[in-house]
Amino acid sequence: MSKLQERLAAGEFVVTGEIGPPKGTNIAPVLHEAEEYLKDTVVAVNVTDIQTAVMRNGSMALCHMLIDRGIEPVYQMVCRDRNRLALQSDLLSAAVLGIENVLSLTGDHVVMGDHQDAKPVYDLDSVGLLKAMTILEEGSDLGRDMKGNPNALDGAPTFFKGCCVTPCGANPEAQAIKLEKKVEAGAQFVQTQAVYDPKTFETFMKRVEHLDVPILVGIVMLKSAGMAKYMNRSVPGVQVPKNLIKLLSDAARGDREKVSTEICGNLISEMKDICQGAHLMTLGWDHCVPDIIEAAGL
Amino acid sequence: MNATERKPIEEIIQSLEGAETVFILGCKGCPIGCDTGGQPWVDELTGALEGAGKSVSGEALVDMICNKAVVGIKLGRAVLQLKQADAILVGSCGVGVQATGNIVARRAVPAMDTVCMGDYQGLFPSAERCAECGECMIAYTGGLCPITLCAKSLVNGTCGGTQDDGSCEVSPERPCGWQLIFERLEKLGRLEDLMRYAAAKDYRNRDITDANRRTIRWALEVSQEEEKEAEPIEK
Ligand code: SF4
Repeated sequence: MSKLQERLAAGEFVVTGEIGPPKGTNIAPVLHEAEEYLKDTVVAVNVTDIQTAVMRNGSMALCHMLIDRGIEPVYQMVCRDRNRLALQSDLLSAAVLGIENVLSLTGDHVVMGDHQDAKPVYDLDSVGLLKAMTILEEGSDLGRDMKGNPNALDGAPTFFKGCCVTPCGANPEAQAIKLEKKVEAGAQFVQTQAVYDPKTFETFMKRVEHLDVPILVGIVMLKSAGMAKYMNRSVPGVQVPKNLIKLLSDAARGDREKVSTEICGNLISEMKDICQGAHLMTLGWDHCVPDIIEAAGL
Repeated sequence: MNATERKPIEEIIQSLEGAETVFILGCKGCPIGCDTGGQPWVDELTGALEGAGKSVSGEALVDMICNKAVVGIKLGRAVLQLKQADAILVGSCGVGVQATGNIVARRAVPAMDTVCMGDYQGLFPSAERCAECGECMIAYTGGLCPITLCAKSLVNGTCGGTQDDGSCEVSPERPCGWQLIFERLEKLGRLEDLMRYAAAKDYRNRDITDANRRTIRWALEVSQEEEKEAEPIEK
């Protein structure tokens, strides 16, 4: 059982972090960040999978390197780039590398990234990928043998299966229904898209109260007022309230990190009683993680 | 209707490399409908080819080049001009270019690009699209097709990309297909349909089965051959 699963099962409020593999082979800086600022502060570290469809180093390799350094990874998998053969094969590969936590995601469309002319795959969707994990765990796969019977695996993996949800988006009801489906397909934990409005989040949490899965609220660090405005314009399902934007624009340049850290800390402490953990997306400001946790009073 | 766009003239000249004499064949079907073909197009092209030092041995406009029987009759009158030509430049969709190459023993070169209008739209061009997936699931999606309406062809509901105004993450002008489905189901009082798990599609259905290839559903000429064979048995 993964540490993440254990801690959540024990009812602990769990914090996870996130790193993004570099575009290239220079992985030393990101590994340094993880060892220096995340290893002793968070339970597990997500490794993004070709995030925003911008081609970069792979999630599985980085997950493996985190394990080597005593850090538990959450292997993010998007459905955009691989068909069901490759997805299942990568799941088996991840399992033999000791990766247990896997997060199933649809994945941003290729036109959002830097290879807009690429062929988008989406052979499975995020629900189908969770189902695939469940079936692999049962010792079978998505295929059929010549007689039409399920194929048998020589050795079955075990995962701690996660998924994502957008609680503050345009249509929270559609999101809630899809989350119900994900849980039915095997999801065991949830990490949300960024939340800045605890009230809306609370309403959403009430709506999905009947689901027996821990939900980690997503916290994305706001590095500047400009970034907050950009997110409001361009990131679907994310609304940064005016008062937070004002806090950032009023802050002197040198104070921004401090203000941003405080905002994250406050958000977590406001929501920590209505959810089971927080997922911190610092976008490179991993050195702020220890202070965020302190500011949250955890 | 198959929507076409004219290729840039430089590209056409390049693809005609080695062909000194060219015959121009235009389609009077869809290219007229989308305003890319017709006599003005033939005239313009003739001028451009001659300007590039090529000679045009002849020209013809045919109602629907995809109707090979009609093309055969029409081109029968231009055998000499066709014989002189090193290549036939075809102003039609990709079907017409291939049909021409299958009837006449000459290089068939496309003068147009067939542009994507998103899967099958019925014979009367309208906004609905069908991806011919072979496993129609729209009984559970409010009668709307998620394969053609969703940019990712998701089958189990919305992704996180729906914008506040209901558009898809790929473009502000493209409505989120799953938002449309949600709204339709809400109106129909059938939101519970969204809870139904949809397995991944069977992509074998995206290819033509051998059985279908032998029938009129694949090509008209196949059925003609079958009828010829069938006749004596019936008598
Ligand atoms: S935003 Fe809607 S239409 Fe666009 S990819 Fe996501 S679910 Fe499909």
